[in-house]
Amino acid sequence: MTTASDFPVSPNALYIRGLKKEYTPGNPILKGIDIEINSPGIIAIIGPSGTGKSTLLRCINRLIDPTAGEIIFHQSNLCLAKGSQLRKLRRHVGMVFQEYNLVERLSVIENVLTGRLGYMSAWSAWRRKFSQADIDMAFQLLDAVGLTEHANKRADSLSGGQRQRVGIARAVMQDPHILLADEPTSSLDPKTAVEIMELLEKFAEEKNIPTLVNIHDVNLARRFATRMIGMSEGVVVYDGAPEGITDDHLKQIYGGESWLV
Amino acid sequence: MAGITPSTHRDNPFKRNWFVTGLWALLITYLLYSVQAMGLNWTRFSEGLGHAGQLFERMFPPNFARWELLLSGLAESLEIAIIASVTGIILSLFLGLFAARNLMPNWVTVPMRGLIALCRTFHPVIIAILFVKSVGFGALAGILTLVVASIGFIAKLFAEAIEEISLKQVEAIRATGAGFVSLILFSVMPQVFSRFIGFSTYQLDSNLRNSTMVGIVGAGGLGGTLFSAFQRFDYDFVAAILITIIALIMFGEFLSNIVRRIFR
Repeated sequence: MTTASDFPVSPNALYIRGLKKEYTPGNPILKGIDIEINSPGIIAIIGPSGTGKSTLLRCINRLIDPTAGEIIFHQSNLCLAKGSQLRKLRRHVGMVFQEYNLVERLSVIENVLTGRLGYMSAWSAWRRKFSQADIDMAFQLLDAVGLTEHANKRADSLSGGQRQRVGIARAVMQDPHILLADEPTSSLDPKTAVEIMELLEKFAEEKNIPTLVNIHDVNLARRFATRMIGMSEGVVVYDGAPEGITDDHLKQIYGGESWLV
Repeated sequence: MAGITPSTHRDNPFKRNWFVTGLWALLITYLLYSVQAMGLNWTRFSEGLGHAGQLFERMFPPNFARWELLLSGLAESLEIAIIASVTGIILSLFLGLFAARNLMPNWVTVPMRGLIALCRTFHPVIIAILFVKSVGFGALAGILTLVVASIGFIAKLFAEAIEEISLKQVEAIRATGAGFVSLILFSVMPQVFSRFIGFSTYQLDSNLRNSTMVGIVGAGGLGGTLFSAFQRFDYDFVAAILITIIALIMFGEFLSNIVRRIFR
């Protein structure tokens, strides 16, 4: 693990430099990504399917191992972290998934509490010994996402929108310094999608943390993002304010123009 | 079908597969040959029925006079079954986990699968004989036999159950920074636990049955009593033992149902 003293020191900032990922050699999905994230708020990453948005997010919390490049977080290179160092960095990176990825057979409140597992010893986890502070926080978060009365239901009995709220509560439970959301609204109806984005925005503001959201819906992205990153074929083609994104940019990102109305 | 006149001959899509037909014919021929070779015929069968009739006459009424012997054998069988089941199930939990190919690297799963396959290879009677010869007569040999049998069954099914889980849930827990043990406890176990309980109760049932068998080769329990009663032609006592075994198995069934209901 390298210490990156050559970068400006902001403890919660994330610096991605020259990030590459090849699933099969010679066929890169990410072709050298450079992104700097050092201010809070929603950062929308837009781009067509298969362009590497999801791979990018998964490289940040190392659910996928990058091929080359570095990701500096908490002054450590995440790309090189291993074992307990990696787990300690991961617990400050909350992740929200497209298909919610809740543990179906656990109750809602239990799912929220799993967000604390990174802070617990295996022995405490075995005894289900969550601290009182954690339990109080879990109920408070469940209240904040509006699911208090569902606390003891099994996760698989909830609707899509409700599940995603639980997913968000679980991620926030980690006390994250950055949130990643991989297509959090793609499996939801438009109204619920907006509600989920509002919730992500609320937590980003409340916790004062950056939230990276992969999203294909450009209008939804424009509505909530403080910054937009456009990706196409494994490279960043736009990085700036949502107001600055033009139809030309969108054509470049998604290709074609018949879909633009 | 107006206007359509079939002009060319088309094959029936449901074709007869002559290879399969041939295999069926071969199987039936072999079956007839085997019956012939074994000397199975109606005279032999009716003779056998006569013997069975005599045996049943001597079995009734069942003789429970030596109930103390019966009870001590029963208690030993029950103990063998319970100890072997608990030990076997706990060992299987770990072996099954290490044999799951979606969680463990090949160098762990291959030897584990080999070990589990080895446990399944031999019938419990053969394993029981091996253990009686190696650790001596008595309950220990019976317990070891049933532990091996339990591993062969549960560890394999448990590994397969783990291989069918949704990795999305595992991924989510991994993303929270959870360590390996927490990962297993909170993302793998919830997905497989109810199936594991199902396998375990089934194995408890099977161990109860087998615990009355291992005694026949000297590995402790009611089977030993049964075997010596057979050898002394105490058929009324044999009947008493068989009735006791039926009661034991029904008790096991009852126990399994309760356990299953608790963990549903």
